[in-house]
Amino acid sequence: MNNEQNRTLIFEILRYNPLIKGDTPKMEKYQVTEAPGMTIFIALNEIREEQDPSIQFDFVCRAGICGSCGMIINGEPKLACRTLTANYPKGVITLLPLPGFELIGDLSVDTGKVMRQMSERVESWIHDQEAEDVDLTRLEERMEPEIADEIYELERCVECGLCLSACATKRMRDDFLGAVGFMRLARYAVDPRDKRTGEEFYEIIGDDDGVFGCMTLLGCEDYCPKDLPHQTQIAYLRRKMALGK
Amino acid sequence: MKVIYTDSLVIGGGLAGLRVAIAAKQRGYDTIVLSLIPAKRSHSAAAQGGMQASLGASVKGVGDDEDVHFGDTVRGSDWGCDQDVARAFVNTAPKAIRQLAAWGVPWSRVQRGDRQVVINGEKVTITESDEAHGLINSRDFGGTKKWRTCYTSDGTGHTMLYAMDNKAIKLKIPVHERKEAVALIHEDGVCKGAIVRELITGQLIAYVAKATTIATGGYGRLYSVTTNAVISEGIGTAIALETGLAPLGNMEAVQFHPTAIVPVGILTTEGCRGDGGLLLDKDGYRFMPDYEPDKKELASRDVVSRRMIEHMRKGKGVPSRYGDHLWLDITLLGEKHIRKNLREVDEICQYFLGIDPVKEYIPVRPTQHYSMGGVKTNFKGESIGLKGLFSVGEAACWDMHGFNRLGGNSVAETVVAGMLVGEYVADYCADTPLKIDTKTIDSFLEQERVKISDLLNRERGENPFKLKKEMQKIMMDKVGIFRNHDDLTKAVEELKVLNKKAKNIALRNRISSSNPELVEAIRVPKMIKLAQCVAYGALLRKESRGAHSREDFPQRDDKNWLKRTLAYWKDENTDLPEIEYEPLDIMKMEMPPASRGYGDDQTIAHPDTEKREKEIEQILKDNPGIDRIQTQELINPVEVPERYQGKNERVGRGFK
Repeated sequence: MNNEQNRTLIFEILRYNPLIKGDTPKMEKYQVTEAPGMTIFIALNEIREEQDPSIQFDFVCRAGICGSCGMIINGEPKLACRTLTANYPKGVITLLPLPGFELIGDLSVDTGKVMRQMSERVESWIHDQEAEDVDLTRLEERMEPEIADEIYELERCVECGLCLSACATKRMRDDFLGAVGFMRLARYAVDPRDKRTGEEFYEIIGDDDGVFGCMTLLGCEDYCPKDLPHQTQIAYLRRKMALGK
Repeated sequence: MKVIYTDSLVIGGGLAGLRVAIAAKQRGYDTIVLSLIPAKRSHSAAAQGGMQASLGASVKGVGDDEDVHFGDTVRGSDWGCDQDVARAFVNTAPKAIRQLAAWGVPWSRVQRGDRQVVINGEKVTITESDEAHGLINSRDFGGTKKWRTCYTSDGTGHTMLYAMDNKAIKLKIPVHERKEAVALIHEDGVCKGAIVRELITGQLIAYVAKATTIATGGYGRLYSVTTNAVISEGIGTAIALETGLAPLGNMEAVQFHPTAIVPVGILTTEGCRGDGGLLLDKDGYRFMPDYEPDKKELASRDVVSRRMIEHMRKGKGVPSRYGDHLWLDITLLGEKHIRKNLREVDEICQYFLGIDPVKEYIPVRPTQHYSMGGVKTNFKGESIGLKGLFSVGEAACWDMHGFNRLGGNSVAETVVAGMLVGEYVADYCADTPLKIDTKTIDSFLEQERVKISDLLNRERGENPFKLKKEMQKIMMDKVGIFRNHDDLTKAVEELKVLNKKAKNIALRNRISSSNPELVEAIRVPKMIKLAQCVAYGALLRKESRGAHSREDFPQRDDKNWLKRTLAYWKDENTDLPEIEYEPLDIMKMEMPPASRGYGDDQTIAHPDTEKREKEIEQILKDNPGIDRIQTQELINPVEVPERYQGKNERVGRGFK
């Protein structure tokens, strides 16, 4: 099988370094010989090591777990590390940085700042006055197994930001919380350890920048790499907000 | 000159670093965490399988306690660990997991009644008790006597890291992202912070602190094929080494995980085998029972990895264009279990291999996975050579893993060590005034500034990417699972050459701000030094212990080698570290060296072993009727911060 002719892939990549005075965004072309099982991660590193050491992009786990490498691949937001080049039969792959985030350079964007702000805004932690005083020598508080599973289902979000890039509402309204924030809040809403009331949750998302601003275009649902149930959760939160208030 | 002052500086935003930061902050000290990346993206998130803590709630965990966990950990380490540290660890692990439960980790819970599991290739029904219902569940892992590994489906590390980072956000702990510590500041043998490069602007900043903690994870990327994240390059460990004062411990102790996928080296969790998955060869034959009739696929990681290589050397590997591999078969676990409890494995198979693990076997091969070595600390997490420098988690050699870490003991270490060391960091902040001559800060800053400007100005020289590849290949080919004198000698000589070349790196992209080539040029010389510590330590250690396996010295040699390697790099102009050894005192051991129970026991015994065994016997005879906790306190008293003392409750057993 080594006799197969490997394809020559064409990568068209947005290049722009905002820290270099006078630099302007442009698309640059690179050629890479495809290898079996090649991912965008492998291809980009090859480009950096062998062709252009200045090119910027972010990878950490390269296994689809950490959420670092979101980018627009042929028009769709995806995790680059687990996108195989074989998925593109024409052999032309266009890469753009995720929109909606501050650009660091080329394909690298600052998702960290946005995600920390989101966590602060929805107060992404267990609210329980007594949590700090738990006697750690005693048996832990019990939890129904299916509740634990349900929380985990919603906690699988990796904060990659693809949902925000795919969100038309977010494009129009910068303060819109977006699916990542709704999902986080839904996760705490089902958690019996979090003592926040419906009213307190309403304070956070009961307006147009929150769950009522969503236009239900559901780009979040389409592009979530963890297949989280965004549509269901947004509907659930809305119903809860509308009834609870 | 830009200087930022704080009480507690933590380098690294994974589980261990965040936990230390939380401890110091809760005690009222100003704390800053530095991270290359957003903290939630740290490699801790990739720990799929679970965290060991002897809660003993599940029926297959009944009878478990700190003592059983201690025994497994010490045996797993091949008696290379520090037994005081291992003891403090096992006693605190139940508290750490219960604290995380209160902080929001959705641990999988015990469901009362019957459930079907796979044990030794057979479907078996086990029955969970009513009284355990809703408590934290546990699964089987390699090298453990009980089902002790607590988990959240297969996203344990992810949920632990999210709970921990959320806690840090709640406490308003600043995480300074995209910052890389490139050198430690120190004066008169005391660490005073770090010189840090802002990865976007390229600015150098001095972070000056009372206590500095290195929590930058392992050094897996010294090898060309590793399960580790691309950031696991050991840079924190290296900047400690470069002080010339802080030694690194047991750098030659490098673990290979049995089941990473071929060719990319992404991990499939030990949970696959823990839950009943099997290893098969090219004929579809289950070979592990032939080698290890007792523990089979669930022998310790170092043992399984070696057996797999042995079996492939007999021509039983599955040939592929990427070399031979073996099969991991989880099809017998069934679709429901795989899609839920092994979902990340499922995703990895689908995305990276294009196969469905419900129906097909997974191609696997032993792959670099964990660094037992690191910054050598005492039980308080403080460097034994540089005061005010602490280290925790995989970056440290604390040393609870010795020469082989058990699956599930690494994330457990991060949070337990973080809890304990965090208290000692806070104590240190309380006791230590911050005094530093600004000239010292200036001179450390200047040193780094000059290094970088040399790199940017050099017209011609070595390509940093190429040097790194060469280093990784040397480590993979010559300092891998099986080692021998000839290969190791070659590796050491080749690394010496690379170390010289690394002083002459030149860049094609010569800008000082955000520049991946410059980042590489700063890191690669540090990585080559670490690689040399691993290779040279391995060459000198003429025995086999845990993951360090010498074909020319197959016996564990307690008589001559029951000691910890300490590597110093005191002189910038040399190409080799200085090696010293720290003996392990059998006369203080709770568990004197014995057989691990794999293969034939060929250990060369130490004369103290028998002496200590007799001494312990005598202590027990002199104190009839004492319980297990009193026994431990007599034989192996350990110091734990007051707030984490106290017996641990277990269901059906109380505090006994």
